[in-house]
Amino acid sequence: MATKILMEALSPTMEEGRLVEWKKKEGDAVALGDVLAEVETDKAVMEIVARSAGTLLKQIAAAGATVPVSQLVGWIGQPGEALADGAPAPTAADASGPVVSAAPPPGTAASPKAAATPASDPGSSRVKASPLARKIAADQGLNLASVAGSGPEGRIIKRDLDAVNAARPASAPSRPSAGPSWSVSPAGPGLGYTDVPLTQIRKTIAKRLAQSIGPIPTFYLTTEVDMERMWEARASLNAAGEDQSKISFNDIIMKALATALIEHPACNAWWQDDHIRYWNDVHISMAVAIPDGLITPVIRHADRKSLRQIGAEAKELAGRARNRKLMPEEYTGGTFSISNLGMFDIDEFTAVINPPEAGILAVGRIAERPAVVDGAIAIRRRLRLTMSCDHRVIDGATGAAFLKTLKLFLENPLALVW
Amino acid sequence: MATITYRDALNQALREEMRRDDKVFLMGEEVGEYHGAYKVSRGLLEEFGAKRVIDTPIAELGFTGIGVGAAMVGLRPIIEMMTFNFALLAIDQIVNSAAKMRYMSGGQFGCPIVFRGPGGSALQLGAQHSQAFESWYAHIPGLKVVTPATPADAKGLLKSAIRDDDPVVFIEGEMLYNTKGEVPEDEYTIPLGKADIKRDGKDVTIVCHSKTVTQALKAAEQLATENIAAEVLDLRTIRPLDTDAILKSVAKTNRCVVAEEGWEFAGIGAQVVDVIQREIFDALDAPVLRVTGADVPMPYNKLLEKAAKVDAAKIIVAAKRVLYLA
Repeated sequence: MATKILMEALSPTMEEGRLVEWKKKEGDAVALGDVLAEVETDKAVMEIVARSAGTLLKQIAAAGATVPVSQLVGWIGQPGEALADGAPAPTAADASGPVVSAAPPPGTAASPKAAATPASDPGSSRVKASPLARKIAADQGLNLASVAGSGPEGRIIKRDLDAVNAARPASAPSRPSAGPSWSVSPAGPGLGYTDVPLTQIRKTIAKRLAQSIGPIPTFYLTTEVDMERMWEARASLNAAGEDQSKISFNDIIMKALATALIEHPACNAWWQDDHIRYWNDVHISMAVAIPDGLITPVIRHADRKSLRQIGAEAKELAGRARNRKLMPEEYTGGTFSISNLGMFDIDEFTAVINPPEAGILAVGRIAERPAVVDGAIAIRRRLRLTMSCDHRVIDGATGAAFLKTLKLFLENPLALVW
Repeated sequence: MATITYRDALNQALREEMRRDDKVFLMGEEVGEYHGAYKVSRGLLEEFGAKRVIDTPIAELGFTGIGVGAAMVGLRPIIEMMTFNFALLAIDQIVNSAAKMRYMSGGQFGCPIVFRGPGGSALQLGAQHSQAFESWYAHIPGLKVVTPATPADAKGLLKSAIRDDDPVVFIEGEMLYNTKGEVPEDEYTIPLGKADIKRDGKDVTIVCHSKTVTQALKAAEQLATENIAAEVLDLRTIRPLDTDAILKSVAKTNRCVVAEEGWEFAGIGAQVVDVIQREIFDALDAPVLRVTGADVPMPYNKLLEKAAKVDAAKIIVAAKRVLYLA
């Protein structure tokens, strides 16, 4: 039986290799260990050697072709032997692009159908899964093709489906529920987060969108919030409190943000290249301008802190940030960022994501604007919020649902203590 | 309950059954005056006399054949093999006479006989004296094969074997004779064909028998320190195989390792794996792995012998592999 010559991973990070030159011609006899071809990896030019003896029956990839790791580049067998799959292939010239490419053509990034097609070895359309995994998938109506397998050769096993189930964010409730159900982590108590392996669809989304827009495929969601009631709430709170414990709108927005993130754990996450880390706790990175740049001190466990605590902590951290007195652990480890340019009279803007976090909220000024209230135009205090989302982690509807919850909190101050 | 050795538990079973039924007699090399090469028949000659505790010449085929004939005409012989390595000489009588008698005589003759003695390897006894033959006998329709792992099981199963109306190959663990365990003081028997869960677990089933039970329990203890709950399923009887117990356990744990002292090819584990994949394919989250003796004649060299034998460490590795942890 003819054996395949595959593009081998010749370096730990190699994802594809350019076939520089064939060292054997079709029809040449090949002994075990003979150099078949030279391949340029991401690091060096290396050799592909014969893993079986026989005759080089076919060169599938032409010299100059770039071929993904583990794709077919040729066949070794006995002369006259039929090749499996028919494996048709160019043997010459048009070699600038990948000879075998699993990627859909460009321009289809937004198409869910294209995104849902996992990149796979064209020779093996069969999904490898344990019998138990197949049964669970059938019982739950899961599509195994969209699940990444962690077993040998990508076999999908039970724990992969457990991970998928754990990762499925509960649909956003229209109002805050009694408590976060998310905090029970399958990774065990006390970890503070849940790591979820990337599904094939997640991988494909990540790859395709990154090609389109840059390393972090960002999209933006903007909403306008009516701040009249929050204005009153803040005024009465500050009237009741001491001078130094005055709270700002930024403090309120941070509190609302943290509470909304607990409701939407799918947005409280880190992109980790081969998995997504969903945090059980909310740590808000707060962008602070300093003379020659900016820094993001972190309000830890912002969801569990009172407005006054957040206000005091934000003030203190910002002060030390400007004096460059922050310790590294005080400006790292956030799970979501907030950037506020309202004090500069900016109506709205888009903020740049602070990786590995998956989202950042850009806060504009609170401005008096004409708004329709109960069918009549009224002058209202309005706030525009724009959320930047890492599309590898957060999909449009996911981000929108989150933003809706955030808006609900800000327009109904009491909802924060619901 | 009294704590006694596996050897003494077997002795009790022999004594109780010989007292209970005077058709039961013991025959073999050195079973009388010398009390057996492994001292299992201590005191029996003294209690039951030379008519029922019979020393034989070194002639396995001959005395095994005498036993089969005696069983055919209504006695209940217990034929002691000094070890099952020597039963190779008698296997024609076991396989061609005892196992087939009821079938070939159309039910006119039964063959209620027990062939018993130690099997498996001990320490540095060399290739010819370190063999586990249970799969050979389990292959034969008409034979029952019993491989007890603990003193209590040894006693209860031997009593059932002696009372059984068909030939039973009863293979004791050579390295188990000195092991101790609690044995009920009152009369009891353990039915043939019933496996026993020696340790409960939910993550992986370790199917084992005879000496590998001890090793599996040790492995399970070690695995428990790593938060892996292994279930140790002692087959006790190889044939009839307790498939219900195997399937029930693996359906619960979704993963299985089969450990046996014998060689891999056509071993007991092959049958266990077959039953699992055929009956509960959908319960499997990983291929079933087998831990067996190495596919070589047992080396005499101590280090090579250790490398060739099953031990707890090898079971642990297999258990982790079916859990995708190694």
